[in-house]
Amino acid sequence: MPEQLVFAMEVFLNGLMAGVLYALVALGFVLIFKASGIFNYAQGVMALFSALTLVGIMEGQVPFSHIINAVFGTEIHHFGWHVPALLAILITMAVMVLFAWIVQRYIFRHLVGQEPIILFMATIGLAYFLEGVGDLMWGSEIKKLDVGLPQGINDWIDLTTYNIFDYGFFIDNLDIVATVIAALLVAALVIFSQYSKEGRAMRAVADDHQAALSVGVSLNFIWIMVWSVAGFVALVAGIMWGTKSGVQFSLSLIALKALPVLMLGGFTSIPGAIVGGLIIGVGEKLFEFAIGPMVGGATENWFAYVLALIFLVFRPQGLFGEKIIERV
Amino acid sequence: MFYREAGDFKTSYTDDNQTFPIKFDRYRYYVVLAVAFGIIPFIINDYWANAFLLPFLIYSIAAIGLNILTGYCGQVSLGTGGFMAVGAYACYKLMTSFPDVNIFFHVIAAGGITAIVCAAFGLPSLRIKGFYLAVATLAAQFFLVWLFNKVEWFYNYSASGQINAPERFVFGVPVTGANTDAWATYLFCLVFLTISAIVARNMTRGMQGRKWMAIRDMDIAAEIIGVNPMRAKLSAFAVSGFFIGISGALFFAVYLGAVEVGEVFGIQKSFLVLFMIIIGGLGSIFGSFAGAAFLVLLPVLLKLIGVDLLGWPTDIVAHFNLVIVGALIIVFLIAEPHGIAQLWRVAKEKLRLWPFPH
Repeated sequence: MPEQLVFAMEVFLNGLMAGVLYALVALGFVLIFKASGIFNYAQGVMALFSALTLVGIMEGQVPFSHIINAVFGTEIHHFGWHVPALLAILITMAVMVLFAWIVQRYIFRHLVGQEPIILFMATIGLAYFLEGVGDLMWGSEIKKLDVGLPQGINDWIDLTTYNIFDYGFFIDNLDIVATVIAALLVAALVIFSQYSKEGRAMRAVADDHQAALSVGVSLNFIWIMVWSVAGFVALVAGIMWGTKSGVQFSLSLIALKALPVLMLGGFTSIPGAIVGGLIIGVGEKLFEFAIGPMVGGATENWFAYVLALIFLVFRPQGLFGEKIIERV
Repeated sequence: MFYREAGDFKTSYTDDNQTFPIKFDRYRYYVVLAVAFGIIPFIINDYWANAFLLPFLIYSIAAIGLNILTGYCGQVSLGTGGFMAVGAYACYKLMTSFPDVNIFFHVIAAGGITAIVCAAFGLPSLRIKGFYLAVATLAAQFFLVWLFNKVEWFYNYSASGQINAPERFVFGVPVTGANTDAWATYLFCLVFLTISAIVARNMTRGMQGRKWMAIRDMDIAAEIIGVNPMRAKLSAFAVSGFFIGISGALFFAVYLGAVEVGEVFGIQKSFLVLFMIIIGGLGSIFGSFAGAAFLVLLPVLLKLIGVDLLGWPTDIVAHFNLVIVGALIIVFLIAEPHGIAQLWRVAKEKLRLWPFPH
């Protein structure tokens, strides 16, 4: 087998793994968009915030310690305890539910019936707000997140591929775990939305707000639930990305990467988010591998957007999106 | 009492069509111009020029540009930073290639080049709408920044990858480079802002502006009544690109003097200008000024209060800045989705009836 092809295969596999992580973030977008028509730009910052909160709780950091110290001249930083990962994840989850309630109660309840673009801009404001609050609460330095997920090269794949191709593939254990967790998460979400009472209500709301309201579905409850679920998805994404590259501001930028994923897959389709994520992940890695060296590299910055842009010109509703019907 | 149409007799069509139909408004406008051109240049100092006046003037031009595209024509763009970078680099290349031409023309030409680039990136808007378009403009943002980073020709193969504005003169007074006076740079930017605002104001209240607004309100309906959507959308992109290009050129050449593209014209700049027009008011020229002034002043004031008055560390104040900007945007969208400009309009309506509101 020619060497280049083997390299390309490795890049392809790594692209798939990266795509799973993009898909995870995109999933949160789709959930909220389907249920409430809000295009939630803050999804990436929610991932950052949840990861920051998780680290903070695990390390026993005092919230707002930086500002308390600045105002009162004290020197407190840590409570001096360490919370086990699982418990910390549960507490973080509770924080995200509280966040969902606040967002629903104090922001989007007042914006019901506004144009989608106004709602979108409100979520940009929310993203700024949450980013500032996260930094104030937990500090803005880069933090290490370790919840006990395996990391490093997968020896089995390395060995097997070495025997076949004379070249060991480098696949990170973390990526494999992420893929498995993402698959489980999607399965859980599908089961939840297909078979549980709340899930059905959620789909009803997504289909038609007024009809759902008239048969007795509480919109308020559904929206809080959807934001909580999106918060949970953000937490999972935050854990994955945080373990991979540290909890830092750039985490919130993955929201921007999730946008082309959504465009490819269509805003309203959960399978679309997954497929779109995989296409973008593989596409940008292969493009960087094949074309990148010729044009100076770092094409990953823009490739996803340009791909989505070109794709949309031919199919404006994305791969799996509902057909756009326009009337006067 | 003093703010009403009564008693202001229009005796010709020109009178009837003027920008400010109310006498008080007209005089207020002249007073603002007189203060801006006649008084501020004499009392300006370096701190206020660099901290507030220059960024305010330059961001106002960018906000006017984006407002034409987003506020008047309804095409949400997240590529403002990238288009400002086009203006900056076009200006730089022109300044270094044709050193004998006056910088005034370089800035105008930079605007023209940006208009072409912006219209090219506006082409997908004929097929893509709403959010999809907003995301598509991100392609412009990231691609352009990458391009200016990677292609060495754009920064004349300099080792640092930065572009530096050479010294240029207008009427023998330096306006770019290291030896500028605050009043000269201020006046230079003010001239551009005044021209931009007058042009934009008259475009938006004329036929072109009505076409844009028809497209914004419902593009299919507009098409049916005879507005050509392609020409309307592309002209909005081009005009908006022209103003954004000018502001990018000024931002680089006059305000900063040296630019590293990823840092200065990143995605944050796109959002900043977008926030300016949301807070100021979508679809309003006055709103562009108000939003720019607000978001330029806010960090300065917060820094004055937080760092100098309370003695907090700068990073905390920076984070507070984020929180406050975010919260303000949400509050504005809830309380007044049409921004400061709408408050202004309401105030003027009240004033017309004052002191007898019935």
